[in-house]
Amino acid sequence: MTDILRPSRLLALALAGIAALSAPALRAEPLRMTIDQPDLQPLPFAAPTFLSQGGDVAQAITDVVIADLQGTGLFAQIAPAAYISRVSDFDAPVAYADWKAINAQALITGRVIQQGDQISVAFRLFDVFADAPLGDGMQFKGATGDWRRIAHKVADQIYARITGEKPYFDSRVVFVSESGPKDARKKQLAIMDYDGANVGFLTDASSIVLAPRFSSKGDRILYTSFETGFPRIREMTLATGKSRALADLEGNMTFAPRFSPDGDTVAFSLEQNGNTDIFSMSLASGQVRQLTNAPSIETSPSFSPDGSQIAFESDRSGGQQIYVMPASGGEGTRISAGDGRYSTPVWSPRGDYIAFTKQNGGRFYIGVMRTDGSEERLLTSSYLDEGPTWAPNGRVIMFTRESPGATGSAQLFSVDISGRALHPVPTQGAASDPAWGPLLP
Amino acid sequence: MQKISTIVLFVAALATAACNNPNRNGMGGAGGAGGMGGAGAIGSASDPNSPAYFAQTLGDMVHFVVDQSTLTPEAQAILTKQAAWLVQHPNYTAIVQGHADEQGTREYNLALGARRAESVKQFLIANGVSGTRLKTISYGKEQPIALCSDESCFQQNRRAKTALQLGGGV
Repeated sequence: MTDILRPSRLLALALAGIAALSAPALRAEPLRMTIDQPDLQPLPFAAPTFLSQGGDVAQAITDVVIADLQGTGLFAQIAPAAYISRVSDFDAPVAYADWKAINAQALITGRVIQQGDQISVAFRLFDVFADAPLGDGMQFKGATGDWRRIAHKVADQIYARITGEKPYFDSRVVFVSESGPKDARKKQLAIMDYDGANVGFLTDASSIVLAPRFSSKGDRILYTSFETGFPRIREMTLATGKSRALADLEGNMTFAPRFSPDGDTVAFSLEQNGNTDIFSMSLASGQVRQLTNAPSIETSPSFSPDGSQIAFESDRSGGQQIYVMPASGGEGTRISAGDGRYSTPVWSPRGDYIAFTKQNGGRFYIGVMRTDGSEERLLTSSYLDEGPTWAPNGRVIMFTRESPGATGSAQLFSVDISGRALHPVPTQGAASDPAWGPLLP
Repeated sequence: MQKISTIVLFVAALATAACNNPNRNGMGGAGGAGGMGGAGAIGSASDPNSPAYFAQTLGDMVHFVVDQSTLTPEAQAILTKQAAWLVQHPNYTAIVQGHADEQGTREYNLALGARRAESVKQFLIANGVSGTRLKTISYGKEQPIALCSDESCFQQNRRAKTALQLGGGV
């Protein structure tokens, strides 16, 4: 069975190559797409249902691989009804001409062997118009209950080989699951696969919980809880599901926590006598350091991936704007410059962009900018979009979108950094405040 | 260190008070720091010594301009009456609950609600209420009371409520 709290390590093996039916054609460049290209056409691919030896998950695994790839907006599956060739032997040579005839740029073949509670999933990826495999075939072994994760691993390999980007499908998201009417909302922490599958609850709904954040290793989360009656930061260890309040400080409220990249330090907001500033705390020693000192609201700190800087928001100029300061604290340099308000900065794990929420003219936007504030790009717009979180490869963003009115509710959405593939992430009920964890082992 | 233990004691006392009070209001069903007051407040609104009088006749709620924590003349008039009542009823303490409308990001609104609650607390102190009897909490945008998504509701949600607690110095 899948243990939602402790993801297991899946075994990955390279497969021996297979003989090509014909000599590889000469081709200047291998199959490759650059996802930064905004006008990109999705790449057509064929993925016949993986062959099955024992068990009944081959179709489901194939479906997850296809859904992962199509969900990026970068790939388009060719309808199986159009396939000329049948794949009946995983190790047989590929009839490239049959796949070229239906304009499949890439062909994915696979085989699932199930023995009791163990499965082994092998796949191969072919660059059809080069008459050649794209990389070695691979085989993943694991518990049958982990079949979805294995499917994500297969899709991750394919995505990474074709785009040159790092993979991200085999990852999880913590979020706030919401229920009840707008004036009596219940909130509880939950965790799921990046695609909304395998949901597990981490807290009950007895007290308000807000804005969970993953450690970079994915072993712990920070969140804000009203468990004591007052907003306080808690840290949960996922392997045990146990949580603890972080050291009590003189003040009313602690919130907006975020781990440093090494997981040893927490940056957070502390409110004292109505004023909110940013502090940091060493988790080992409990030692606290004040990083900002201003009568304005300083909140939503987020570390750069090297841990040397912190992006945060402040309304010191009159409205919320984004600033960057050394991780040891300081005045900070304002980086946001456009009209409206800028808030909730989140540094990309790749270090190249900062994602943010923008409010202007009564609407909310999710956007990205370079870490010096240049090249601002708005990706979404709605009545209320907020709280971006980065996929582990820094190329996709998840956020909260809330609909207006008395029956309004929150839902999770995903979009890539070019503004492509905007889609809701399926959750059973309303959901908010996603935090994307690292790629699983 | 001394301050920390005071806070812990206070929260424990508060939890007990809330559990003992079936008419508590302002909990939003989600484990907040509650207080008596509002429609469910104890006593009669015509009895000047009752929490119901404080909540309904004087008014336990003040409202704010968008994104502001400064007190309007209307708010100051209500708070002046609240302060006088609290001075005359030293057996009550109060939690000032700050709120924001939904037109803002979650963490900023928590900070904004805290600013509003503090601004009410400082006004009450300036009008004679001992600061040791007053505590603040922010709910940000988590507990709206008016549910539509236009200004008629937003202005009701940008509020601070003075929730009474019976007994106990803070």
